[in-house]
Amino acid sequence: MGLAKRIIPCLDVDCGRVVKGVNFVGIRDAGDPVEIAKRYNEQGADEVTFLDITASHEGRDTTVHTVEQMAHEVFIPLTVGGGIRSVDDIRTMLNAGADKVSINTAAIHEPTLVADAAARFGSQCIVVAMDVKRVNQADGTPRYELFTHGGRNPTGLEAVSWARRMAELGAGEILLTSMDRDGTRDGFELTITRMISDAVDIPIIASGGVGTLQHLADGITEGGADAVLAASIFHFGDHTIPEAKDFMANQGIEVRR
Amino acid sequence: MTTRVAVIDYGMGNLHSVASALTCAGADEVVVSNDPKAIAAADHVVFPGVGAIRDCMHEIRRLGCDQLLKSALDDPDKRVLAICVGMQALMTHSEENNGVDTLNLIPGQVRYFGAHHQTADGERLKVPHMGWNQVTQVVPHALWDGIEDQTRFYFVHSYYVDPDDDAVVCGRFDYGVNACAALARDNLFAVQFHPEKSHTPGLRLLSNFLAWDGSC
Repeated sequence: MGLAKRIIPCLDVDCGRVVKGVNFVGIRDAGDPVEIAKRYNEQGADEVTFLDITASHEGRDTTVHTVEQMAHEVFIPLTVGGGIRSVDDIRTMLNAGADKVSINTAAIHEPTLVADAAARFGSQCIVVAMDVKRVNQADGTPRYELFTHGGRNPTGLEAVSWARRMAELGAGEILLTSMDRDGTRDGFELTITRMISDAVDIPIIASGGVGTLQHLADGITEGGADAVLAASIFHFGDHTIPEAKDFMANQGIEVRR
Repeated sequence: MTTRVAVIDYGMGNLHSVASALTCAGADEVVVSNDPKAIAAADHVVFPGVGAIRDCMHEIRRLGCDQLLKSALDDPDKRVLAICVGMQALMTHSEENNGVDTLNLIPGQVRYFGAHHQTADGERLKVPHMGWNQVTQVVPHALWDGIEDQTRFYFVHSYYVDPDDDAVVCGRFDYGVNACAALARDNLFAVQFHPEKSHTPGLRLLSNFLAWDGSC
């Protein structure tokens, strides 16, 4: 027995409200991230992630306030991602009560931000998010590349070497999302998950494509991930966190219950 | 009795989670401060820590928090809880940042899990040690009250403490090494995990700290 594999529900937050809400029985306000986080906390989620999709500056202040409230009421780790561009943005979120921040596009434009942030705040709170797509090369062999803007903009960067570089710069964890699978409910992209998990010493969170409990288990056993992140499977009442943990435990995966 | 808690603030990161968790666990008053008067007025002192050890030690010494901590430990009417890097700072020396001398209040080393860390069976282990791991209670202590042996707490760290004297160890975790999760001496209790992020058992440990008479 030892360290448990983690299940992390992810909430898309826009101006302090959860986009599309959740479908829990008896929840008062399906759009309130603090109330939803509390509910996931009670269900036994191992962490919670907020993905801030707010466009406006004023709206982002609302997100900071939401993070503050959450930190006052929910005593499990909280990661905040989306729109983090500078050391100041990171400091703002950590001071509001986030335990980790996830950096995506800014790490691509300015990789030294990862090193600066890790030196200043510690690797333990720096998550690098990677949005990855499979690209077929001329000779037919697959290659996985980093994309930005929801998978629309290619960067030409190869995923495995990028993950290695981020780990060297001081990232404490990698959040790997397959843009080919995100929203499909076809399961994680296990090939690249396994490739990156094998390539770096830091923990990997698998994300993108979960439609069944088997997918969650596969992310761990096949993909070699240390944690699995999912949204809709939990938000819309298909499954609860305890159901997911029971299922994974039955497949020999160590979970916290 | 009113419980007055001071969380020692040496400017390394957000301490509001710790303060909120202490309030939730039943503290009547929680101040986050490095003012010697505020620490002197408290009956419970929390020494937290996040981030890299060299910067932490620099700020601890610059702000005189090392002296505040020593006087709290010397005062039998106070109870002290050190958390994560706060616990590591109590030791003699840390391997982090190419080697940093720490406070030497508990003789011992702070060691790196190591690159290519693995179990005895050769299973690969990621570093940082991040997530919920089981804590074995190796000796009874008031802070374990109502918490079952092998309960999981939330850890996030790449270095672990290795005290010279095994007798201070009161909790252990397994992660390639069988390492110290909690230690206690007189009016001090120190944990590598984060009770403020460990939900129900974490809050219980904090309420036990608030109720503790300060004896081992």
